[in-house]
Parts: sequence; structure tokens; C-alpha cells
Amino acid sequence: MIKEKDYLNNIAEQCLSKSNKLGSTDASVMVMHSVSEDVSVRNRKLDGSTRSENLGITLTTYIGKKKSTISSSDLNTKNLDGLINRCVESTKITPEDDLNSLADKELYFKGDKDLDLYDETVLENKKKIEYINEAEEEAFSRKDIVNTNGSGFSQNKSNFILANSSGFSDGYKTSHFTAYCEVVSKNNGSMERDYEYSSKRFFNDILKPKQLGSKAAELALKKLNPKKIKSEKLNIIFDKRIAKGFLSSFSSAISSSAFAKGTTFLKDKLNKKIFGDKINIQDKADIKKANGSRYFDVEGVKTNPLDLVKDGALNDLLIDTYNGKKIKKKSNGRANGSSNLYFLNGDLSFEELLNSNKKLLYITETIGRGSNIITGDFSVGASGLMVENGEFSYPVSEITIAGNLNNIYKNISLANDLEFNYSTNSPTMLVEGMIVGGK
Amino acid sequence: MSDLLKNSNLSLYTADKIVSDTLHDCDDGELYIEDTKFETVTLDDNKIKSSEYSIDSGYGFRAITDDVIAYSHSNEISEESLKKSSENLKSTLKSKKGTYNSEIKKTNQKFYNDIDPIETKSLNAKIELLNLMNEYSRSKDQSVKQVSASFLGEKKNVEILRLGGELLKDSRPLVRINISMMVEKNGRKETAVYGVGGRQSYDEYLKDGSWKKLCDEAFRIATTNLKSKPSPAGEMKVVLGPGWPAILIHEAIGHGLEGDFNRKKTSVFHNLVGRRVASEGVTIIDDGTIDNRRGSLNIDDEGTPTEKTVLIEKGILKNFMQDRLNARLMNTKSTGNGRRENYKHIVLPRMRNTIMLNGTHTQEEMINSVTKGIFAVSFGGGQVDITSGKFVFNCTEAYEIVNGKIGAPLKGATLIGDGPSSLKEVLMVGNDMMLDPGIGTCGKSGQGVPVGVGQPSLLIDNMTVGGTQL
Repeated sequence: MIKEKDYLNNIAEQCLSKSNKLGSTDASVMVMHSVSEDVSVRNRKLDGSTRSENLGITLTTYIGKKKSTISSSDLNTKNLDGLINRCVESTKITPEDDLNSLADKELYFKGDKDLDLYDETVLENKKKIEYINEAEEEAFSRKDIVNTNGSGFSQNKSNFILANSSGFSDGYKTSHFTAYCEVVSKNNGSMERDYEYSSKRFFNDILKPKQLGSKAAELALKKLNPKKIKSEKLNIIFDKRIAKGFLSSFSSAISSSAFAKGTTFLKDKLNKKIFGDKINIQDKADIKKANGSRYFDVEGVKTNPLDLVKDGALNDLLIDTYNGKKIKKKSNGRANGSSNLYFLNGDLSFEELLNSNKKLLYITETIGRGSNIITGDFSVGASGLMVENGEFSYPVSEITIAGNLNNIYKNISLANDLEFNYSTNSPTMLVEGMIVGGK
Repeated sequence: MSDLLKNSNLSLYTADKIVSDTLHDCDDGELYIEDTKFETVTLDDNKIKSSEYSIDSGYGFRAITDDVIAYSHSNEISEESLKKSSENLKSTLKSKKGTYNSEIKKTNQKFYNDIDPIETKSLNAKIELLNLMNEYSRSKDQSVKQVSASFLGEKKNVEILRLGGELLKDSRPLVRINISMMVEKNGRKETAVYGVGGRQSYDEYLKDGSWKKLCDEAFRIATTNLKSKPSPAGEMKVVLGPGWPAILIHEAIGHGLEGDFNRKKTSVFHNLVGRRVASEGVTIIDDGTIDNRRGSLNIDDEGTPTEKTVLIEKGILKNFMQDRLNARLMNTKSTGNGRRENYKHIVLPRMRNTIMLNGTHTQEEMINSVTKGIFAVSFGGGQVDITSGKFVFNCTEAYEIVNGKIGAPLKGATLIGDGPSSLKEVLMVGNDMMLDPGIGTCGKSGQGVPVGVGQPSLLIDNMTVGGTQL
């Protein structure tokens, strides 16, 4: 069972009052509890079950402008006292930093919590196993699906309290249900794998088993007997699950810490065009039931909606208190990064994207790290499908795609098929003129 | 005597009773208890950002019958909590019956000392040194615009209680010192990261001014990259430098030789034991027994003593890396490769220090033999798809080779290859084997574990380079 608010509050209070007694001038503490119950299945047979329970604290103490942090999972009173003592002692000898402080009080979240982030549903392991077996059953019903890499179901529930010495104290429960299915296809000595997964805050919102299994199978089958193509410049379509990766590197590149240090290729681009006119990016924390939704960040600051990119121009950054001071801006509740970050829909249909050129490469998977946010250089290993005259023609693998994000951003066109499946989401994306490395 | 139960209400006697009660009808399993202390001290943007310290202790209770694993972990080490876990495991495996084999190989081997690196150097001394590293780096040249340096220290104590009352222990220190630098000249920015580490005290890596060498190396790489030109795209010959580039071995071959993927037949190597998978000159081992190395362990996380496992000998595939579960199901023995990130995770077969042994060629011979190709000296990181065998890694320092000579530095190239075929394309194996500086972390199924790699220089006939120049 998930620990209730009073229990977590009690620990938080203890930490704050003890730190204060030991000489800290300010303190902030997060107390978290989570329970997750997972099953994994292989070839329609139970492969394993795991139950995880974690209770932990993270405490930051300040003495004037000095700051230190400890975290612990060992919460018996004797150990906790020793740790708080250690934290305060470390604070004393850590050098001062004028910008260290708690967040501005007037930015704290206040108000109703009505985003529906917690589903009470409790699934017995037996039900989870049935769910996943059905998904695998569906995948195995396809010719040439010969094996699984393991499929699984996980149910995670957590609760937390964030409290600090300037009076903030709040927290809430969240839940996640995740189902995944990963299968192996084989034909003529070619062996490929692919997966589908679905993760939602509410059990009823995740993909149904048959959809999960058939999608995984379909993807793994499409990759069989790939060809390597020769090196050339091509227009590339990124499947939604790959396209959203551009948002992850974008969010690192527009963090206030990267701006404060100048370690981003977008350093001088605030209020300037970085994308084409039709591109808009929002970060919206208040979408009901969404995976990235939250009320406030780890500093207690309300996470307001942001228009990060408007008509192609960089309009706002992801800002926390400390780095905000460096760049003379107020925190916008992004101390732990973006919330629900997404490209708004473009004006082309998926079919129009496929028909935008006689020859296109449709990328379904990339491997490798990819983006260097300091230089904007982008280079990944990739596989996908060749598209000729609007039709998928053959699978392609063992190629690389490379470019620079400055150019890539200007050459993006988006389809109108946005869905909120993850915490970052993109419609299908076309990027014109990328360099493919192959034979 | 258990050291890790002493602050709890759980006695070793009771723990043993619960373990017996839970595992007597199982094929394998254990109670794994762990206590980890971890610190980071970071200097960033001219300031000590903060010092962080954490303690994490807990247990992971595992029961296995056939190929079904039941696992329950908690950071509450208590009789009540362990009983709850026991119920959970028993209910998962209730319809199964196994035979437990209590025997496990014993060892007194020690590849590192039982020290606590966090306590052997004061926080003040760490802060002072980070400030020195910052000042020294910035004084090297005006182009140095950002310096970030950090100390990461860990002390992990583990105890493994098996059915029959056997209690196996290990005490593992680990440190890492990192420096990253951003340089800017004529409007162009580049960065470099360098680090060292292993299972010794910080001072072993810092003494006699050797901390300056870390700064010098980061500066050298960053400055080299300021002069880099766009990388070519397409297939070409590749010379890999010695040491850290062995993450190619780790990605291309290593993961595919882990027992689980082969038992499940999802690795491209599963049916290739005894067959040629690499050129004649290629011998690769996975060694957990090198003194003070990041990937070394006295015992693995199931209590099996580590060893030096020959994976590929003169190009022929000899062995997979095994934990107890996969070894039992494949009728072989654990090679001491059973590892987990911490008590929150199940054991998987994982690499330790994966090393290609020396050949006979010099690096110069290799470079001289290439008309058009690239010389890759260092990598940022890599990834592999076990099933298709395709792997990539990103170069952080690379040069073009033109007519047998090293040319201009190249910008951010990605190399992509095919695991089973790439080692058959090794044309020359160097005589300059080097281990990496002690910075590797390997990720698998969401678990990160410290690993090492090593290799001599290598000439590979044909790999695809991902750049922007056609």
C-alpha cells in the first residue's frame, strides 16, 4: 500500500526541524514512497515477477549562501539524525554561492489539484500475466514471428511530499501502468526485433493487448531482410516515436543552465527564428491524465504552460531558480525539466508527407546518442523503410543519418497526426536534405 | 556474522529461517543485502555547485524455479518486510517444484582493498583540488570558457545469504574523477570530457600532480576538435586507437555473448560456439580479476568468484558469459558474470573488463596501409541491437587518414557496423594493448554497472562512417 500524506509529512517535518536546530538557515526536503509490481512473460509463459518498494528522502540544507544535499533510503530515526547532521556539517564547509536560495515564495503552487494523475485500480499479477499473454498470443499468430525478447506489465504507484522552511508543503499521488511487447521475427536467415509499449497513468487508457501484440509483430516483420543503401542526400521522415527525440535534445538545449553557461548551440537565439514559420512547440503541465503533467517542480514552483516556440521563433526557456538568477529571469517551474512537451500539428496529412517526394527514407529506429547540444551536430545509426512514389518499398538498415540541428530545425515539416502517448510527443516529421551514410 | 543486518530488527538466524522456508522448493535464489554510500562533489561554472551524499540500503530477495524468477526488494530491512517478500515469492512459484543446489565455489581472492574512498579524503581537500583543477584549466588558454570537474565516490557492501546458511560478503570501493571543458575560438565551440577511476582511493589517481594530466588531456581533445572538419559519409577503412575504443568490442561482440540472449536464442551468436566469428588474430577475454579495475569484482552479485573467461580464441567463439540461472538452463557453469546495479534489480549476465589481447602489428603499419579512411582515437558511447547485430558508436576524437598519413581532425562522426561481421574484417591487431582510464558504465535493461574495456590498435577493413560530407 502507498503511504499516506500524514506519514510522509511527519518525516518531512522531522527533517526540517532537526536541520533548523543544527544551524541551517533554510532547508528543503522531499519524501517519496513508491510501490511497483511488475510481471514479465516470454513465449506466453511467466518469466518473472518483481515487487519493488522504495521509501526515501532528499534533504538540502542552506547556511546563508552555502548549500549541501543528502539523500537516503534508511529512515530509522538514529540513522536519519546522523545524516541530517552530516548534511549540515558539509554545508558549513561548502563555499558560498550568492545565487543559492529556495524559490521565490510568490511562485509557489497554490490551488486545486484536479489533473487526475492517480488511478486507484489495483491489478492482481494474474490479470497482468493474462494481459501480456494475450498480446504475445496475437504477435505469435503472425507468420515469421518466432521468438520474444520478453514482454511485460508494470503497475507503479507513488506518493510524495515536498516541504521547505519557507512554508511550502504539498504533494500528491501518481500512478503508471505500462505494458510492452517485444518480439523477434525471422526469415531467410535475417533476424530482427521490434517492440510496442504503452504507458499511461490510468489502466483503462493503455493499449489493448491485441493492439500491442499486433503492432510489435508488424514492426518486427517490416524490418526483415533489410538492404544497405548507398550514401546520399535524402529527405527523411521520422516516425512519431523517433521524431519526439528531437524534443528531448531541444529541451536540454533551452534549459536555463545551458543558457547560463553558454553550453548550447541556441545560446544567442532567444526571440529569434530557429524553425520554419509553421513550427510551434508547447510545454503544458496541466493536461488531464497526461504522463508529463504535474502541479509544481522540485522547488515547489507552479509549472505554468509555455509557448516555447511560436511561429518558428524561440519564445521561452525552461527555467529553474538558480540558473534563472544567472540569466535574470524568474523560474517557470522547470527545475526538473519539461512536462508535456510537444510539437503542435502541422498542416499535412501522413499520406501527403509520404508523397512529398518520389524517394524518401522512413526512419523507425535510431541507435546511438545522436545530438551534441553544444555544437548542434547530429549523427545516429538508423534503420527504417524506403518509400518510393508514396509506397513503402523495402527495409533499410546499417546506415547513419547526420546533419546539424540548426539546419534540421529549419527543414522540418509536420503531419497533423499528433497523439499524446508519451510525455514528449511529435506528429510524424519530415526533414529535408539529410546526409545518409551507407555503402 | 552479518554486518548489514545489525541496525535492523532482523537477525541472521531469522533471515536464514525465512530464506530456507522460501527457497527449499526452488532451483536457486538468495537474499541479497546491500548498503551503499555515495558522494558527488561538483565544480561547475567557477563554483562548487554542491556536495551531495547519499545512503541507500536494502535487500533483494530472489527465488527461481525453472526459468521463472520471482523477485521482491525493499529498502526497509526488517523481519516484517522480508516475510511479506517471502509470501510474494512463494505465491508466484506455488505451482512449481525445484531442487536447490547449495554448493557454491569459495574464494579468498581480493582484487581491491576494503577502503571507504569517501572518508579517506576530506571534503575540504576535495573542494580545494577541484578549485585547483578549475584554475589550472582556465589558465591554459583564453579559449577555455567553461570547466566542470567532479569527484564521484562510492562504497558498496554486499552480503549474500543462500539456502543452507552460507553468507558471502564483498566490500567494494569505487571512484571516478571527471573533467569537462568547453573551448571557444572565432565563434566556434567544442567540448571534451576526460576522466579516470577505479577501485582505489582518489589519491591514487591524483598524486604527483597527475590531476594536471586530466586537465591537459581534456584541453588537448577540445582544442583538436576546434580545428575539425566535417566527417565524410560512407564505407571506409578504420583504424581504432588502443584502450577506450574497445567499447567497439563491448558493443559489437560483448553483449551478444551474454548468456541470457543466447539461452533465449535472440542473439545472433546463439548457435555459433566453436565457429569462426572473428579474424585469426583476435582473442577476447572478459576478466573480473584485474587489480583495482572498475569492472573487477571479488565475487559477483550471486556470490560466484569472478574469473578470466575466454570468449573468443584466435577468432573462434569459445564461451558465453553466464550467471547462475542461464548457466543452469544451458547445462554449464556460471562464469561469475552475474551482476546487478543494486538491490532493486534482478541479476543479469553482464560484462566485467572486456579485453582484446595483443597481436603483432604496430599502429604505424596500420595507418601507413590505409589510402582513405579514418583514425578513431576516442568515443563518447555506443549501443547495440542484439538481435540484428547492428551497433553504433560516436567518435569524440577522430582524424582522416589520407595516403597512409594522419590528416585533419574530424567532427562528430558516428561509426555503424554489424557485430558478427565486423570482427571478421579485422585486418591487423596491434601490439600496444591498453586498458581504458576507468570510466565505463554499461547499460542493459535499465541497469547501469561499472565495466572496463581494453584493446590494442586495430585495423578494420570496412565500416560505415556517418558524417555530412558525401
